[in-house]
Amino acid sequence: MNIIAKWYYRLGAPNWFYPLAGKMIPWVAAIFVALLIPGLYMGLVTAPADYQQGESFRIMYVHVPAAWLSMFVYAAMAIAAVVALVWRVRMAEIMIISSAPIGASFAFIALITGSLWGKPMWGAWWVWDARLTSELILFFIYLGIFALYNAIEDKQTAGKAMSILTLVGVINLPIIHYSVVWWNTLHQAATVSKFDTPSIHIDMLIPLLLMAAAFQFLYLLLLLMKMRANLLEQDLASGWVKKIVFERQKNLKK
Amino acid sequence: MSPLRKKRMYLVMLLLTAVSVATFLIIQAFNQNMMFFYSTTEVKSGAAPTDRDFRIGGLVVNGTVKRADDSLLVSFDLTDSQTPVTVQYTGILPDLFREGQGIIAKGQLNGNGVFVAEEVLAKHDENYMPPEVADSIQKAQMAQTEMPAMPANHKN
Repeated sequence: MNIIAKWYYRLGAPNWFYPLAGKMIPWVAAIFVALLIPGLYMGLVTAPADYQQGESFRIMYVHVPAAWLSMFVYAAMAIAAVVALVWRVRMAEIMIISSAPIGASFAFIALITGSLWGKPMWGAWWVWDARLTSELILFFIYLGIFALYNAIEDKQTAGKAMSILTLVGVINLPIIHYSVVWWNTLHQAATVSKFDTPSIHIDMLIPLLLMAAAFQFLYLLLLLMKMRANLLEQDLASGWVKKIVFERQKNLKK
Repeated sequence: MSPLRKKRMYLVMLLLTAVSVATFLIIQAFNQNMMFFYSTTEVKSGAAPTDRDFRIGGLVVNGTVKRADDSLLVSFDLTDSQTPVTVQYTGILPDLFREGQGIIAKGQLNGNGVFVAEEVLAKHDENYMPPEVADSIQKAQMAQTEMPAMPANHKN
């Protein structure tokens, strides 16, 4: 058996994934905190105030990473959806359904912090411009994926339906990204994620990148925890869960 | 890949293509409605609606902001660097409102070609820098524009 096939079968096996994810969780949490603390400190304290927006621009250190992650999580789900549909890997479906509430939370945070930022700078909590509307649609797609999976009793059918819906929704990602290029919007154009050099001062950029990296590890952390929980819930009656429970009980009695 | 998986892969790609084409067509059909504002040139050329409110966007022209002494009435010119349009507004302007700033106003044109706004929003650009850097960039730009006016023998 070659290496790829070996990993393929291992990653598909819950009894192998469950303890591995459990071992990874404290490490991922440690990296998250190690990135978050300097990111927040530099962003909120040492970064200089903006020439136009003053201190208000600091909300970007939550808003921008949350918005990036809301799109990154969806891209990861779309790849998992292809894997789930073509190779019929159950673990990919578990990954999608575990990611959906996390991605929805990131989109929600981006929308709320954007609103709090918009009122003092633009003069409006909300406008129906292309960027804001397409991000709101992303939030609703996340909720739709979550609802669809939970509405169908048979999890094999539910997984397939959810994967197809995830793929249909992926078209929204380029629309969100290019909305500020294709149409007139109130939202600003891209500062960092463009082919040109970022139009942000280096002292402001470093904390932003630290926060973005911290949010990536936050996603990984939440994903591992949620996947473990979902696997346990679905496989309650199966052998590998019984084995884990049995071993836990043995350890408690000692 | 086994034939079955290959077939499923083709189906996935077919799905993605179909969704892309459908979305492209929808966007094409609604393109004008997805514009948040009209430029000043579009407004002057009559592309904007006359029977309902619309938004106009542009930069505030330097030296055109006039405030009334006894009310909150303010008037200023917006431009897209080609056509200026005069805007009148009664109310409190957003903090970012200043000369040279990108502004979006919502309202209608009156008979004299003046845009009467009922809402003014400030648009900020994608540049972030400390005030000192902004100052030095402005100074450098001013020095550059003054350069050609200087006599050749002043160069050193």
